[in-house]
Amino acid sequence: MGNQKTNPIANFFTALLGAIKDIGSIFVKGDWKTKISYLIMGFGSILRGVYLRGAALLLCEGGFIYYMITFGSKYLKDINTLGTKTSGFNADGTKSYGDNSFLILLYGILSIVIILFFIYLWYINIKENAKEEAILKSGKKLPSVKSDFMSLFDEHFDKTLLTIPFMGVFVFTVLPIIFMICVAFTNYDANHQSPSKLFTWVGFENFKNLFSIGTDGFGKTFGVVLSWTLIWALFATFLTYFLGMGVAMLINKKEIKLKKLWRTILVVTIAVPQFVSLLYVYKLFASDGLINMYLMKWGWIEDQLPFWTNPNWARVTIVLINCWIGIPYSMLIMTGLLMNIPEDLYESARIDGANSFQMFKAITLPYMLFVTGPFLLTQYTGNLNNFNVIFLLTQGKPQSQVLAASAGYTDLLVTWLYKMTVNDTNYKMAAVIGIMVFVVTAGISLIVYGILPSVKDEEGFQ
Amino acid sequence: MKTKKRISTIVSYAILVLISIVWLLPFVGLFLQSFRSYLTEDGGMVDYLLPKHFSLDSYAFLFQAENKFFKWYGNTVIIAFFVALGNTLMVLAVSYALSRMRFKGRELLMRFWLVLGMFPGFLTMICLYFLLKNLGLTQEGAIPGLILIAVANAGMGYYVCKGYFDTIPKALDEAARIDGATRARVFFTMIIPMSKPIIIYTALVAFMAPWCDYVFASYVAFGFSDSYNVAVAMQRWVWTNDYQGFFTRFCAGGVLVAVPVTILFMCLQKYYVEGVTGGAVKG
Repeated sequence: MGNQKTNPIANFFTALLGAIKDIGSIFVKGDWKTKISYLIMGFGSILRGVYLRGAALLLCEGGFIYYMITFGSKYLKDINTLGTKTSGFNADGTKSYGDNSFLILLYGILSIVIILFFIYLWYINIKENAKEEAILKSGKKLPSVKSDFMSLFDEHFDKTLLTIPFMGVFVFTVLPIIFMICVAFTNYDANHQSPSKLFTWVGFENFKNLFSIGTDGFGKTFGVVLSWTLIWALFATFLTYFLGMGVAMLINKKEIKLKKLWRTILVVTIAVPQFVSLLYVYKLFASDGLINMYLMKWGWIEDQLPFWTNPNWARVTIVLINCWIGIPYSMLIMTGLLMNIPEDLYESARIDGANSFQMFKAITLPYMLFVTGPFLLTQYTGNLNNFNVIFLLTQGKPQSQVLAASAGYTDLLVTWLYKMTVNDTNYKMAAVIGIMVFVVTAGISLIVYGILPSVKDEEGFQ
Repeated sequence: MKTKKRISTIVSYAILVLISIVWLLPFVGLFLQSFRSYLTEDGGMVDYLLPKHFSLDSYAFLFQAENKFFKWYGNTVIIAFFVALGNTLMVLAVSYALSRMRFKGRELLMRFWLVLGMFPGFLTMICLYFLLKNLGLTQEGAIPGLILIAVANAGMGYYVCKGYFDTIPKALDEAARIDGATRARVFFTMIIPMSKPIIIYTALVAFMAPWCDYVFASYVAFGFSDSYNVAVAMQRWVWTNDYQGFFTRFCAGGVLVAVPVTILFMCLQKYYVEGVTGGAVKG
């Protein structure tokens, strides 16, 4: 990514200022077609014969006005209160439908985004007019409809390719995320369920609740869950990383035969869907599971080992089982990379009398850490959100009265978030937790990314 | 010196054998226990690994039509197939645009999507449920709904594929373009045929994911059992008290799920390794 140290916010405002200046000066200098285009988008383009672009712009304006009048405005006007009229019953006993806070918030956000996008489109329309005027003034011809259309498969192929993915991400990721960020500032929970009840803005109330240490507050639980999340990710990442490296080096040894067989045995855990393997392993370690049963039968233990019922046992067990899942994956990655280390490095080290541990410390480890730096980072952030392993094994249990909102000792922030959404319908706090997950992930990524030695210029690979 | 080396080799083999046992034991257990009859023996948790009598009762249970197991199985196959197809198309489109073309807002888009990826996926669950409900894609419509959500968001997972495209020399594109080929033609007739490994990798990873999708699938199906996938259905068996043989049923179902998926994966293992290794180095 760009290495020049620039301030993105300052950049944004200079660009904005430039755009506003453009809008003014184009209006003053432009001909009457351009001037009318300020009101009727695409007008100038159509008159100049650039039908495709003109029609597209005009269509957008028409669609926008239609959307705002028939749909957007009625939600947008209530966005500051999220609705005032509660659903209930009329005097004659019929049901009266009130405002639906959920819809007001969702479609209000959608409308705001659409308005911003429309303003941008309007600006493009103005620039387009200015460009056309300039081309005509210099005596050249404007592109024909056909060449305009064909350019969508050539120099503008990116627009063709990206439109659907972009829209998909917008509707099913961006819009919901903005919505949920807003929910964090409302009182949307089990007592304020739409559509029968309203919810409204409460400012930073939920964040205060998250950090408050009182009996009702989430502060203590949040501390427990957050610290376990960070510790879990640390162990899950580095244990599998180093053990995976160890296994890869073991299999890579010259004297080991049947290399492919050993690797394939390990890879089975990647191939089998996790919900089959992890659920089975969960049962294996259960108090009436095979492991406990056999240990008791053999007389090695008196009582069942509390693999899932004791907080510390559960945590250790999870980390170990995660090794079972994770080692094959890191082994695969390491195997390829280990072979990339030039053999003559080891050769010269051997001549200098280094033993294998010294070679590992001086050659293998630094090389691997350098090459896999970004991988380690994505592994770590991935483990922070490793829902499957925790959920399929313990669902966050063992639970405790000490912890708020049915959190358990092996809950990660994400599994806690899930429980709040599904079991408690405590959407406001789930949203707050979601934002905290983002803050943690983004914060760690930013810090680590800054100190990674192997972050190279993206173009450098090409 | 020679004996020392020999000992180290023996130790290495011993470790490998031990690892293999640990790694395979759960699967062996799953396989063996699936042959325990829930009718004549015990369908719950027992204290022995080998069934006393070999029986196919658990499998027979799954094959009964009223138990819907194959309905769920079919649902999962359908979801996995279309998600694999859709994801691959989306990822290819995004990767080509981001790898080969330089347009305004490219860096911004990449950074924006990177930041979006840092939000936990389940955060947006209720909102997605509502959007799907509006489209009529929950409960009975849960299967197209799940496909839609997975494919719509697939564009953000372009990293590995773009990294691969970046390694194909740009000079090839330029030469073709000088000869008059359009971008679209370069994409379809040059880049895609050259990207077989990464296409298979992308499709494979996308195909595997729906087999594990419990959370969102159960939320969207919302109690409508015809729309379950195997993960949702079998999860319920495991978490039900297992006095009626749910455990052996789970084992049998697990075998039926794991065997085809594992065989598919093993056949395409080469491409998978290529994909993860490439992806890890580029980050």
